[in-house]
Amino acid sequence: MTEMNEEKAIQSQTEVLEKPESQVKEMWEALLENKAAVVGLVIIAFLVLVAIFGPLMMPYDPNASNMGQSFQWPSAEHLFGTDQLGRDIFSRIIAGARISLSVGLAAVLISLTIGVVLGSIAGYKGGWADTVIMRIMDMMLAIPSILLAIAFMAALGKGIDKAVIAIGLVSIPEYARIVRGCILSVKENDYVQAARVIGNRSGRIIFRHILPNVLSSIVVRATLGISTAVLDTAALGFLGLGVQPPQAEWGDMLGRARGFIFTAPYTLIFPGIAITITVLAFNLLGDGLRDALDPKSRKK
Amino acid sequence: MSEALVEVKNLKKHFTLEHDFFGRPTTVLKAVDGVSFQIKKGEAFGLVGESGCGKTTIGKMLVNLYTPTDGQIVFEGTDLTKLSPAKRREFCKDIQLIFQDPYASLNPRMTIGDIIAEPIKINNLLPKDQIEKRVTYLLNCVGLANHQRNRYPHEFSGGQRQRVGIARALAVQPKLIVCDEPVSALDVSIQAQVLNLLDELKEEFGLTYLFIAHGLNVVKHISDRVGVMYLGNLVEIAPKQELYENPLHPYTQALLSAIPSVDPTKRKQRIILSGDVPSPINPPDGCRFCSRCFKKFDGCESENPVLREVSPGHFVACRLWQEK
Ligand SMILES: Nc1ncnc2c1ncn2[C@@H]1O[C@H](COP(=O)(O)OP(=O)(O)OP(=O)(O)O)[C@@H](O)[C@H]1O
Ligand code: SF4
Ligand SMILES: [Mg+2]
Repeated sequence: MTEMNEEKAIQSQTEVLEKPESQVKEMWEALLENKAAVVGLVIIAFLVLVAIFGPLMMPYDPNASNMGQSFQWPSAEHLFGTDQLGRDIFSRIIAGARISLSVGLAAVLISLTIGVVLGSIAGYKGGWADTVIMRIMDMMLAIPSILLAIAFMAALGKGIDKAVIAIGLVSIPEYARIVRGCILSVKENDYVQAARVIGNRSGRIIFRHILPNVLSSIVVRATLGISTAVLDTAALGFLGLGVQPPQAEWGDMLGRARGFIFTAPYTLIFPGIAITITVLAFNLLGDGLRDALDPKSRKK
Repeated sequence: MSEALVEVKNLKKHFTLEHDFFGRPTTVLKAVDGVSFQIKKGEAFGLVGESGCGKTTIGKMLVNLYTPTDGQIVFEGTDLTKLSPAKRREFCKDIQLIFQDPYASLNPRMTIGDIIAEPIKINNLLPKDQIEKRVTYLLNCVGLANHQRNRYPHEFSGGQRQRVGIARALAVQPKLIVCDEPVSALDVSIQAQVLNLLDELKEEFGLTYLFIAHGLNVVKHISDRVGVMYLGNLVEIAPKQELYENPLHPYTQALLSAIPSVDPTKRKQRIILSGDVPSPINPPDGCRFCSRCFKKFDGCESENPVLREVSPGHFVACRLWQEK
């Protein structure tokens, strides 16, 4: 405390203009102080590297089946064992990283963008716009998400790209709801009213004054959403609507290994671990981000 | 000094609390119910009244936060209530608001420099390269140091934050500033400083104030004229001196008697009002004050008196002063 006072005194004496520190840089520094977030960040960085440089690390072709080698227990030769078609699970896990990460990110990006726009309009404008938007969202929520995704895929066609769109569309209501709730909770705040008094238009009020103050909840939801999207992709894949064989994808591997849980547990365990670690990493990062985004907890 | 900067005519704001199945209002809260007054250029008009009588609602209608249910707001000859939303927004530059709670009225995620620069930017008042200088100037005007501009609101005390709020209001060079109980949330020791600052700024920039306060003691040293509100109605308007020396409305008399006097010879008997303020949802039919008035007489419960000028500049809405 005394240090701060001295610092202030020196500053006012010399009238130095404090260096404007960019908000991003400050948040980054706060993020690095959070140990859990750093762990999450390191894992995600590792996953990203695997996704990019995967092909260089694979000991085998992840898609080449070799029936003579099926159901091998983990060994020096096959680090994670082999699956029912004799494919090297270690190689397939590496190959799956790219798909899982990009599917997760792309799906969340779709639902986030549309959800934020719809939720903002509903929350800020209120009235009939709110009623119409939220009724449609309720209708979507009333249908189990996987059924809805299947319905979207029926309209869009097969393929991983279509699966991404379907998964993205399906989770729009969750984001719209969260964003609307957040906007309602801060909309009546004096500083939002102050923003109107000085002549801001609605769009700028939402993006400059409201959303930054509710960002943490949205960010946390989005990180969770990545993991949900990974699992949804798996479900679609299991139904033959996601990745097309022989392409490797963790959730899909998990789904296909379901029948071998007792005889060859390693076919199930390793994709499961990969998914868990990914989900955990995004959650840790999300929590760290939430703290870093809040200036009150930032500068002690 | 004589020209009216803003004139409010029969202004009303009714909040619909409940409606029936067809969207017709069933419960209506009459926060402001037919208020008329004018504020002259360069004047400080004080508005006092108990909590919930509608002071803030009037202020918010002036700055476009609420749309009036009825009535007119004539600002420099233009009726603001008749304008399209885009045209109405242009008047934001002319009428600004200082909020009651300095802890809630600053965006916690913006530096105070950004908070003060924002109104200049969005209204395109200055070229980009001059904004910095202008912010420095505004900070100095309200008694803050330039090196503090990159700090966030939570690093400041209540009094300092209120100064930021004042600088933000000044940034657009407004003609009228609505001060909504600007010191009531501050420490008593700080209140005088901020009031003095407002007084100085008024002189320096030739501002006009609508100064809202709870009690008559706060508006005493900042207002030229004072309006007294009760339950959505204005009950008395008079020049400050006149109002303090010769209050005509029973409610004003009660308010004044509640202020402790330093001079023992002037000490009056304190008038204690019985009962609570009635709800603005179902206000009394006749005079709004009749349920608590100690001078009530026949007919007060059925007839709501209108404001009448009883001596030059002194208006009162009480049946004791109506033409017989
Ligand atoms: N947005 C709103 N919706 C419904 N009722 C409201 C709204 N704003 C204000 N009111 C009601 O209108 C009445 C007047 O409120 P207002 O805030 O104008 O009072 P005030 O005189 O400023 O009181 P205070 O001294 O407590 O600030 C109150 O009964 C209040 O509950
Ligand atoms: S009109 Fe009647 S009730 Fe109302 S203030 Fe005057 S005397 Fe009292
Ligand atoms: Mg108020």
